[in-house]
Amino acid sequence: MKMLAKKAMCNSHGQDSSYFLGWQEYEKNPYDETRNPNGIIQMGLAENQLSFDLLESWLKANPDAASFKRDGDSIFRELALFQDYHGLPAFKNALVDFMSEIRGNKVTFNPNNLVLTAGATSANETLMFCLAEPGDAFLLPTPYYPGFDRDLKWRTGVEIVPIHCTSSNGFEITESALEEAYKQAHKLDLRVKGVLVTNPSNPLGTTLTLKELNLLVDFIQAKRIHLISDEIYSGTVFDSPGFISIMEVLKNRNLTNTEVWERIHIVYSLSKDLGLPGFRVGAIYSNDDMVVSAATKMSSFGLVSSQTQYLLSAMLSDKEFTQNYISENQKRLKQRHDMMVSGLLEAGISCLKSNASLFCWVDMRHLLSSNTFEAEMELWKDIVYNVGLNISPGSSCHCTEPGWFRVCFANMSEETLNLAIQRIKIFAEATIKTINENKSQEQSNKNSKRKSFTKWVFRLSFGRETSER
Amino acid sequence: MAFGKNLLSKMATNDGHGENSPYFDGWKAYDSDPFHSIENPQGVIQMGLAENQLCFDLIQEWILKNPKASICSPEGVNDFKDVAIFQDYHGLPEFREAIAKFMAKVRGNIVEFDPDRVVMSGGATGAHETMAFCLANPGDAFLVPTPYYPGFDRDLRWRTGVKLLPVVCESSNNFKITREALEAACQKAEESNINVKGLLITNPSNPLGTILDRDTLQGLVNFINEKNIHLICDEIYAATVFTKPMYVSIAEILEEDKSCNRDLIHLVYSLSKDMGFPGFRIGIIYSYNDKVVSCARKMSSFGLVSTQTQQLIANMLADETFIEKFISESRRRLAARHGVFTRGLMQVRVGNLQSNAGLFFWMDLRRLLKESTVEAEMELWRVIINEVKLNVSPGSSFHCSEPGWFRVCYANMDDETMRIALRRIKKFVLQADEREAAAKKHMWHKNLQLSLSFRRWDETIMKTPRIVTPHMMSPHMIMSPHSPLPSPLVRARN
Repeated sequence: MKMLAKKAMCNSHGQDSSYFLGWQEYEKNPYDETRNPNGIIQMGLAENQLSFDLLESWLKANPDAASFKRDGDSIFRELALFQDYHGLPAFKNALVDFMSEIRGNKVTFNPNNLVLTAGATSANETLMFCLAEPGDAFLLPTPYYPGFDRDLKWRTGVEIVPIHCTSSNGFEITESALEEAYKQAHKLDLRVKGVLVTNPSNPLGTTLTLKELNLLVDFIQAKRIHLISDEIYSGTVFDSPGFISIMEVLKNRNLTNTEVWERIHIVYSLSKDLGLPGFRVGAIYSNDDMVVSAATKMSSFGLVSSQTQYLLSAMLSDKEFTQNYISENQKRLKQRHDMMVSGLLEAGISCLKSNASLFCWVDMRHLLSSNTFEAEMELWKDIVYNVGLNISPGSSCHCTEPGWFRVCFANMSEETLNLAIQRIKIFAEATIKTINENKSQEQSNKNSKRKSFTKWVFRLSFGRETSER
Repeated sequence: MAFGKNLLSKMATNDGHGENSPYFDGWKAYDSDPFHSIENPQGVIQMGLAENQLCFDLIQEWILKNPKASICSPEGVNDFKDVAIFQDYHGLPEFREAIAKFMAKVRGNIVEFDPDRVVMSGGATGAHETMAFCLANPGDAFLVPTPYYPGFDRDLRWRTGVKLLPVVCESSNNFKITREALEAACQKAEESNINVKGLLITNPSNPLGTILDRDTLQGLVNFINEKNIHLICDEIYAATVFTKPMYVSIAEILEEDKSCNRDLIHLVYSLSKDMGFPGFRIGIIYSYNDKVVSCARKMSSFGLVSTQTQQLIANMLADETFIEKFISESRRRLAARHGVFTRGLMQVRVGNLQSNAGLFFWMDLRRLLKESTVEAEMELWRVIINEVKLNVSPGSSFHCSEPGWFRVCYANMDDETMRIALRRIKKFVLQADEREAAAKKHMWHKNLQLSLSFRRWDETIMKTPRIVTPHMMSPHMIMSPHSPLPSPLVRARN
């Protein structure tokens, strides 16, 4: 008899993917300015380390929040005992206000429709358990966050069917791609329960356009399926065209409280916007009371620590702080982004034009030895081992075109980023040179083949010997 | 919305969450009328929540003395960034080490735990679900001795599709787990074509408050080795053992029994009961099986412990002097509470299963039941909630095979509330007994009158009247629906 569950023995956890292998290599040889200056620089981790000083100064100025105190009195006992899966009311109120603020206060959220979960990882899995049976499918635009393979599929038995997006139109979601994916699911005998999009996108770093959002609403209306919008990067939008939340679209189309309204669900987290992935603060926002009810009960398997809820309720209730944080954080992200984009451009490498997130979607197609995923893997290994940068290959994000890489810029100091850019420049120049040399070698091989043929013909016709080049 | 219902999964709309069980009804009654010594002195006293609130004064003192333990306080803020960013599912090394040491300490340092086998989970709730995902496929089953914690029905079954099969334990031998009961459960599973993957035990037991003796534990280890099934030991109440006999952890048995297949043994732990921190969601899986450690660790992504909390706990548990004092003082206070309650109840002839652990005791109210049925137990329970104003948990919600037992929690209130609760129980029982005694007396007189009048009518053919002796006048007779006497249970029905 098999001793462990099939789930324990398979690799649907996705950890054999290159996304995680790169991490492993980094762990073995991590860059450190003083202790290991030749080590691998971590550029595969979408973390926001740019605004900790703002958080730290708030903490110093507000000692009660972290010391289990309220107005000077200890509330340790109250917090230690608080395990109500409805969550700390003060925290949920502060969180929905924060979400609203990020959306320019164009939409408001009801705290009773918010379910707290242990990170967005848990939120996404929980939504699958609530919306789909094992064997059902969700459609996801490619490229997408590699973690979804684990979060959406592993323990739930749900399948992912890709909506293929290509560089021909900046990887935007098209109607034909949606229909194609839907058909594909049917070919595979899978019942489609919904579409899941990440907005702003990971790994593209772009916000969904109004056109795409409307397309999605039309699509799920027609097919009568769900739409999950993972808006975990919503606070990282640093440039125009700006962030349009799915809720805003529904509101503007007068779809509030209609049938389709109840099939829209948002996933959020403080891991990216506030840079607190360790605190495991995730949330599901749903307009469907039954989903809220079921998800709330399921959150028992991964509640947010009351200690953390209390701290963050105090922090996010400080409107002066949140307003300043949001705008300052976005400024710093833009500056880093611009630094990365211009640096890469100098190396002859372009990025997909983006206005959000903690990374760029970098176009290295011209550095491939051939337009294949094998070549992409070769290039990736070269970059990890020889250049010393852990970046994420597009194939790990299920991109349909080889040659794209996700490169993070917000999880290191400016100096380190500059160093990374220098390394890429050197590498790119060398690679292009090699490629050109190979090309001309190939060309000259072709030429010399032609020449020798000509010579041969000449010899034959004229009987004279000429030397080979 | 009817249409909406079809769009959701079966899981989202079925009863698998288990919240329609009476275990939670009592909570609802409490929520709508909660006792408060000043604001609502007639309210329902919560005795259905197994929480350890006896030692917060010690913890609070420690927190005040150790501001650096919180990375978010001004004193600890230098560590803030590193900890806030850390999302490695291995957990902070100092956290794992502290947990391993604490677990050893609680077990008298007779055994050691390897920090590398410590895996985090979203409370013990998350730990149990993860164990089910790792060890069993949908349709497989775990055996669980009854009575057991109602939450298992949700934790092990809801999203996993795994079944729970009861191993029936009875009061006749103090609810011990017997070989016969285990074999019977296995047999039943085989007949139903259900694949048993493991046995889940809680030691110390919830709701019994008892610990497993060494022989029984060894017997269980032998059993699972023979059947080649897993053994999951929930030791969440390990530090609540407040008096002899001494606690024996499965870890100890494993040390002694080298023939046991270690790959079958897994521990579930948490700080929710021993330390009183349910809000912090500190669940632990400790497995002796490398593959399970690896799989559970990956699954822990769905329920990691907040690093803010990991840091606090790592610091707190590392303070060995404090922890030793805490463990012994907690035991002392639990013992005292347990003693006050059980002695108080003995005064009104209410017994309980003899126990030496847990945050509750297993109260025997069988003699107050109208009849030995679940319905009668439910009736009695409704009276206790609605009239006596105590939320205690009925045995049926723990899948107990015998009606009349109730779990009563005593560690989640202050001394004054405890006294009031005790007074209320005693009053209720005394009144019930008085009524019973009065009813008996009335019946005795009535029977006497009847027999006398009978004799008057027919002296020759008169038979000897049946003497009404106490042993004939069982409570069941008195409390019958035909009884002209008002009983609290009849009132309850109205």
